[in-house]
Amino acid sequence: MASQDIIARSATTTVPPSVRNQEEVAKLIDTTKCIGCKACQVACSEWNELRADVGHCLGTYENPQDLSAETWTLMRFTEHETDAGNLEWLIRKDGCMHCAEPGCLAACPSPGAIIKHVNGIVDFNQDHCIGCGYCITGCPFNIPRISQKDHKAYKCTLCSDRVEVGLEPACVKTCPTGAIVFGTKEDMKEHAAERIVDLKSRGFENAGLYDPAGVGGTHVMYVLHHADTPQLYAGLAKDPAISPLVGLWKGVSKPLGLLAMGLAVLAGFFHYVRIGPQVVEEDELPPLKDNAVHEVDPSVHTFDPRGENRP
Amino acid sequence: MIRKEILRYTASQRTNHWLVAILFFMAALSGLALFHPALFWLSNLFGGGPWTRILHPFMGVVMFVLFLGLVIRFWRANFFIRNDGLWLKRIDRVIQNEEEGVPPIGKYNPGQKLLFWTLLACMLALLLTGLVIWRAYFSVYFGITTIRWAMLLHALAGFVLVLSIIIHIYAGIWIKGSISAMVHGWVSRAWAKKHHELWYREVTRDEQPDPPISKKG
Repeated sequence: MASQDIIARSATTTVPPSVRNQEEVAKLIDTTKCIGCKACQVACSEWNELRADVGHCLGTYENPQDLSAETWTLMRFTEHETDAGNLEWLIRKDGCMHCAEPGCLAACPSPGAIIKHVNGIVDFNQDHCIGCGYCITGCPFNIPRISQKDHKAYKCTLCSDRVEVGLEPACVKTCPTGAIVFGTKEDMKEHAAERIVDLKSRGFENAGLYDPAGVGGTHVMYVLHHADTPQLYAGLAKDPAISPLVGLWKGVSKPLGLLAMGLAVLAGFFHYVRIGPQVVEEDELPPLKDNAVHEVDPSVHTFDPRGENRP
Repeated sequence: MIRKEILRYTASQRTNHWLVAILFFMAALSGLALFHPALFWLSNLFGGGPWTRILHPFMGVVMFVLFLGLVIRFWRANFFIRNDGLWLKRIDRVIQNEEEGVPPIGKYNPGQKLLFWTLLACMLALLLTGLVIWRAYFSVYFGITTIRWAMLLHALAGFVLVLSIIIHIYAGIWIKGSISAMVHGWVSRAWAKKHHELWYREVTRDEQPDPPISKKG
């Protein structure tokens, strides 16, 4: 079945097939409800049939240590001591944020390797992926990973295969505390607002929703106790945006570059047409200064049948 | 028999030049495939997107190594001399094919010298930034900001290189006799005197006048 719900497609300068109209969806991760059980990691692994290598304990709670081509979501743990001297265990489920303005998609050079659906899901199509890693360069959240097995980029799909048929993502289905919920983006914002009111009433004055405007908002959002300092949560970016370096690299500079190359070729062509080639007249220069006296036998006559005066 | 021609490039210089040229075309076409979506079809020349991604950096490294050969062969001839400044001031006349007031120059004109140093700078920039963004082997050793700078500078250096080579190729088409100089090595005396007079004087300084031509042979 052809896709008809694609509103952005990597390395594509025309409008992709996007006639279908769907509501934007979002996954809301409430860090204040999360107990760090990692059931979401397991559900992700099971549904997507991913098996990361068994690693080593390096003295942290994270397991495995980082996202990988086989680990699309990961609980990140931070022990935070508040000003009042209390210990807070901040746990954040890391993974693709499904940005409204995805840096990966902007950076990707391969047509159709990264697509954004009308419902907001940003998906990698590994069939079209060439393995260059530009998506990693473009991502403001450090999410995509290149597989060492097939050199394709992978990340959370927001279970696009499940969402397409009306199911919630696997991590949402499995979460035992209801810390992960899924629905339309509007509904999720409303739900988050209620949670924030509750949190504020319980002393978390800076509680808030993480839906960063710098990337046009995201389709994975967090409720944070400390929304003023998201960096506390294992380095969650405070004001994520596509890097200006990536913007310049992938923005107007390249069409202008192509234009300049084309103009250079044209300039050469018309220089040749208008001014013409530089040709050396071979008789411009006597062969060498020659002081010798030439003896010419007067009995020899030269005759040029073509009538040109050639020796 | 008078020797009419002057050897401008030896066989190894020519071979070196054309090897660099071939590698440049391969690296440039595969690089342009990734430069802008409008040119992604060029990746078909290399067996598709993944092959383009795999091959491009190797082509680039080979091109750089071969280009170093050209640098070693030609760098001395590319130092600027006094006449070069005046020549550049009169570039408008050069472009118009006028010779009045254009000073004589050495083996390379200042335009060629600028090209030489620009190419060297681009090649160095492409090599260094290319290693940083070579995801399969080296990117893991660099931070994301370094990689982003390298991406940008790699594209910029590639752009300048392609533009320079467009000019280089056109100059060869424009100045008759220069392509054949690089293909079979020889230029005529008139060509050498007209385009590179100081070099011409230098290579003909020690020449003895040839024995007279006899119509009897």
